Amino acid sequence: MQSALVVVIMSFIVFSGVFLVGDPVEILVSDDADQEEREMMIKSMGLDKPFLVQYGIFISKAIRGDLGDSFVFQEPALLLILDRMPATMELAVVALLIAIIFGIPLGVWAGLKPESLASKSIMTGSILGFSLPTFWVGIMMILLFAVLLGWLPSTGRGDVQIILGMPISVFSWDGFSHVLMPAVNLALFKLSMVIRLARAGTREVMHQDYIKFARAKGLKESRIILVHVLKNILIPVVTVLGLEFGGLVAFSVVTETVFAWPGMGKLLIDSIGLLDRPIIVAYLMIIVFLFVFINLVVDICYSILDPRVRLEDIKS
Amino acid sequence: MSFSDSPTLEVKDLKTYFFTKGGIARAVDGVSFSVGRGKVLGLVGESGSGKTVTGFSILGLVDEPGRVVSGEILYRGENLVSASMGRMRELRGLNISMIFQDPMMTLNPVLRIDTQMIEAIQAHEKISKDDARQRARDVLGQVGIASPDERLRAYPHQFSGGMRQRVAIAIALLNKPDLIVADEPTTALDVTIQGQILYEVQKLCSQTGTALIWITHDLSVVAGLADDICVMYAGRIVEQGSVNSVLDNPRHPYTHGLISSVPSRNRRGVPLAQIPGMAPSLLKLPKGCSFGPRCPQVTADCGIIPNISMLDKGRQLRCHNPLDALVSPKLKD
Amino acid sequence: MTIIENNPELMAEDRNDEENYEGAQTPLRRFLSDFCEARLAVFGFFIILVIALVAIMAPFIAPTDPYNLATVSILDSRLEPGEAMMSGTIAYLGTDGAGRDMVSAMIYGLRISLGVGIGSGIIAMLIGISFGLLSAYAGGKIDSVFMRIVDIQLSFPAILVALVLLVTLGKGVDKTIIALVVVQWAYYARTIRGTALVERRREYIESAVCLGLSKNRIMFRHLLPNCLAPMIVVGTMQIAHAISLEATLSFLGLGMPQTEPSLGRLISNGFEYILSGKYWISVYPGIALLITIVSINLVGDRLRDVLNPRLQK
Repeated sequence: MQSALVVVIMSFIVFSGVFLVGDPVEILVSDDADQEEREMMIKSMGLDKPFLVQYGIFISKAIRGDLGDSFVFQEPALLLILDRMPATMELAVVALLIAIIFGIPLGVWAGLKPESLASKSIMTGSILGFSLPTFWVGIMMILLFAVLLGWLPSTGRGDVQIILGMPISVFSWDGFSHVLMPAVNLALFKLSMVIRLARAGTREVMHQDYIKFARAKGLKESRIILVHVLKNILIPVVTVLGLEFGGLVAFSVVTETVFAWPGMGKLLIDSIGLLDRPIIVAYLMIIVFLFVFINLVVDICYSILDPRVRLEDIKS
Repeated sequence: MSFSDSPTLEVKDLKTYFFTKGGIARAVDGVSFSVGRGKVLGLVGESGSGKTVTGFSILGLVDEPGRVVSGEILYRGENLVSASMGRMRELRGLNISMIFQDPMMTLNPVLRIDTQMIEAIQAHEKISKDDARQRARDVLGQVGIASPDERLRAYPHQFSGGMRQRVAIAIALLNKPDLIVADEPTTALDVTIQGQILYEVQKLCSQTGTALIWITHDLSVVAGLADDICVMYAGRIVEQGSVNSVLDNPRHPYTHGLISSVPSRNRRGVPLAQIPGMAPSLLKLPKGCSFGPRCPQVTADCGIIPNISMLDKGRQLRCHNPLDALVSPKLKD
Repeated sequence: MTIIENNPELMAEDRNDEENYEGAQTPLRRFLSDFCEARLAVFGFFIILVIALVAIMAPFIAPTDPYNLATVSILDSRLEPGEAMMSGTIAYLGTDGAGRDMVSAMIYGLRISLGVGIGSGIIAMLIGISFGLLSAYAGGKIDSVFMRIVDIQLSFPAILVALVLLVTLGKGVDKTIIALVVVQWAYYARTIRGTALVERRREYIESAVCLGLSKNRIMFRHLLPNCLAPMIVVGTMQIAHAISLEATLSFLGLGMPQTEPSLGRLISNGFEYILSGKYWISVYPGIALLITIVSINLVGDRLRDVLNPRLQK
């Protein structure tokens, strides 16, 4: 399928990019290996063979889950990243939930009364939300809530419980207090987008004939909003959110750095600083994979929500 | 105007204006008529004549920047203009229904047909979903939709235009209203479907005693369907009366022009009759009779708005220089 | 004699109609009056002007030269706002870890942030417009393939793409600009292609083709001007986004070098001092960044509302 093709192409691009720009030996060999070690590495990995063969070896290893070992940790890069994944996922999911739970109601309200003061302030607030650079907001939040007020811990992740086989921290108070600031920080941008989307969608839907017809049927206004309007705006909102979830995971790179949250993103930044290249490559590959997967899921959800897209059709 | 007992709906001097940035649009400017039980009134006019806004005014669905400025709308004696929003909501869908023009956009595309029908019933009475569903099935059968069970579970986009409009009509009939306002419901449909729907609606109304206001620009539709007819131009009724007398014997030059321009009326080889000029913008109506600039009978008198003059047998007219009786050809040959 | 000639009022009305159309305002004037209805946006616009002026006049108005290694002294470091430096100048907003006066560092940082953001935006816009227009005009297979590429690129988060590029390219102003351009061009291309596709079907293009005008002429003289409205909106928002992205990248340690710190780099320099309470090193550059981005977005948002045909009543 298309998605598989994209993964293959991306892996090719990543590999060739890294290959072309840097000496391939450099990528997989630690900087302080001496000449002899290098020769050994080259031979053992077939780096003296032509490019395509190397690429083939890379892929075959990758399929088996071997993306090289980290220089710094001396462990398989893939495992290191997967180890950190639950932390990042937890952050991203909480952020997504915040964006949805607060964003949709606020956006719909702003859409129903577009000229009201509340609506205008919500909209201005949303502009602030996506203008403010995330990292700076994070720093400010630490300053305010941790340093000045002392309400919340400034960095790190809380205690972890194993739920359904995965380490999750959010359900304990300690865990929750640790995840709150980073999640809100990460969510800010998306929250603003959801508000604006929900508002635009609501305004557009309210002008449609079928809303007027619903009134003509004598339906209560609350039903009209909750059922007729909401279902219609959920489609674009969910689509965008789904696609943006990948963005959340990617952008966690920044939030994790600010809040020292032990996720994939922080690992990546640290690795960049330490020139730990196998981890960088592994991270990119995983992200690509994740994105393709998410796109697939969103496509499926879209067809469930919007009946017009479905395949069967009853012709009258 | 013929009516039996007290009329289901009486509109008295209704004025609905739109207050826009470009000025005040007098969409409905002093309109009066009434509809009796089981009767069909045809409201005829070009686009921009104010007929749709009249329909919306009756249901209280006039959107900003428009509103009903003055006049009375008496539904069985109750004045709808002064009714509260809650009262209007009670009446809508239950006692007074509306059928919209475009079936494509009337039904919510992401909700199933049964959802949209059941909610129309449940909004007005406490009834179980199954019972509501049953009633929906029956009504769908009444409007001529086969295998209603399947149709109920379907979505609007799976239907053709004619089917959708039948569903819309079915929804209007669900709660057995006393009055239905139909705004050009067959304009978007094929002529053959149009004929079927007209027939079914007529049958249903005479069976149930429902009063019907049929808004259209198509005279031929009105000719076969209505008992009485009001001809609107630029926000005012220029002629009204029983359909036979108006169409056989139009007194107002506009009505005469409308009838003459129906294509079937014209003979081959002779240029198509038409009313010259264009309907005026409601923001800038001419002084005096709005039809004046286009009227072949216009005189200096027409600089003043003509009042309603009552002719015999319930005929009303707004014209300074009406055509003589029996001068113009009949509509039906 | 026709009815019209018989009724001179009718003719007069037609003439009146033309003159009175929309109060005889030119589109430009109407745009300006619509725009100015939102006072916030006008406020934002003035802020942008002020900031641009400050950035351009940097060498003249900054109290010190923060890059002159001769005058910057480590002994001045981490002074509180209002304290005097060794040279006698008062550091109104304090000094940073290396001893640079915050006010000067911020002014120069603003200049760099703005320069990189706007520069990369303009380059990306030019590239995007060229490709987008060509693709829309060519149509067919070329268009589909091109859009596939654009879509794939756009589906990847900007920050990762920029990260990867900067990791491989290294630090520096030019490399940062390259990374930012790569991240942005696709968005411009897609926007203008969308508009161009719609406009391409309009009659004035058809008539231009019928007149036998050359492809280039049609594309640039007829198609392009009509596609500009959404581009202005996108451009404004994208520039704000580019500035924000550059700050984020600098914060993460990539992009701009330590010797030419943009506002993002200044903030990251100050990050380590947050927990010890020396807030000014991060907070003030952050506020400057904030004001810049928010102003641009306010203006861009208002532009979008005003230029959007669907929302016009």
